[in-house]
Amino acid sequence: MTEFMQNSAYAGVTISLISYALGSWLKKKFGFGFFNPLLISIVVTILVLVSCNVSYETYNEGAKYLSWLLTPSTVCLAIPLYEEWELLKKNAKAVILGVFSGVITSLITVFVLSKMMGLSHENYVTLLPKSITTAIGMGVSEELGGYVTITVAVIVITGVIGNILGEFICKIFRIHEPISKGLALGTAAHAIGTAKAMELGDVEGAMSSLSIAVAGVFTVVLASLFASFM
Amino acid sequence: MKYLRQFLIILAVSLIGEILKAVLPLPIPASIYGMVLMFILLLTGVIKLGQVRETGRFLIEIMPVMFIPAGVGLMSSWNVLQPVLLPVSVITVITIFTVMGATGLISQTIIKMDGKESK
Repeated sequence: MTEFMQNSAYAGVTISLISYALGSWLKKKFGFGFFNPLLISIVVTILVLVSCNVSYETYNEGAKYLSWLLTPSTVCLAIPLYEEWELLKKNAKAVILGVFSGVITSLITVFVLSKMMGLSHENYVTLLPKSITTAIGMGVSEELGGYVTITVAVIVITGVIGNILGEFICKIFRIHEPISKGLALGTAAHAIGTAKAMELGDVEGAMSSLSIAVAGVFTVVLASLFASFM
Repeated sequence: MKYLRQFLIILAVSLIGEILKAVLPLPIPASIYGMVLMFILLLTGVIKLGQVRETGRFLIEIMPVMFIPAGVGLMSSWNVLQPVLLPVSVITVITIFTVMGATGLISQTIIKMDGKESK
């Protein structure tokens, strides 16, 4: 069985999808944020792979086709954006200023905390692009000389936590406006946060996918400036 | 056939995004070029909503699944992450709160102010 797992191109992905489905079912049944299907799937898959001694490379033989779909799917985020275009135009000022302040806040928070905790320059620039989408964040981290693998990990964890805590954080800060909820989720937790925003509603989803692109561009421009601070 | 045709259009736009990334020297990924391009094509009516809608909706719906491989990749970057785990975790969690708070509250204030002005 273990030996079979170590060579199968389908076993790993099947386990990922089964545990994702299980997570969705648990979430529906208990409606509790911790039962995040993505998180459950990642944890279960890692546990199974490690206990069966399957390497990530073997797993990725099959799983890379899931990642392959990411580019066309990101392209499709333009569809809800187009459908909500009128709403977006009407609120252009809120969108641009809201996302801009989020990006600045992200960079400042990372800077201040890195300084306080005495992180090295490499670790600091690794974390700078943590709030934006993996594809852009990897590019920024590489450009600035960070550890790209950690950047990817931190981006994914940020997304998952944003996805789980998003609704709760909106409640603490009393963010009721659907537009603002979407912007906050997309700016803080990129595409994984957007998945949450899509669940909340079409307006939230469209605003969130818009902010992925806007936040990504702002961060590309500002991260190199912030990198020179420490 | 409808879904295949829709998927073909989406892939073609992704391909052009990839070409733009290869040609332009900016650190912007192919998917973002593709997304902007798709948006422009929809806005100008070159692509009609009905030509991509169902397949697009489906892809967006199953999007979280596509992040599983990257997340599972944590198992291979674990040894690099482990020594800085505590500061990295603290920064990761706090940033989510500050960024969501700033973005949400500032945009909400602007929306409310604009709403009052127009009344």
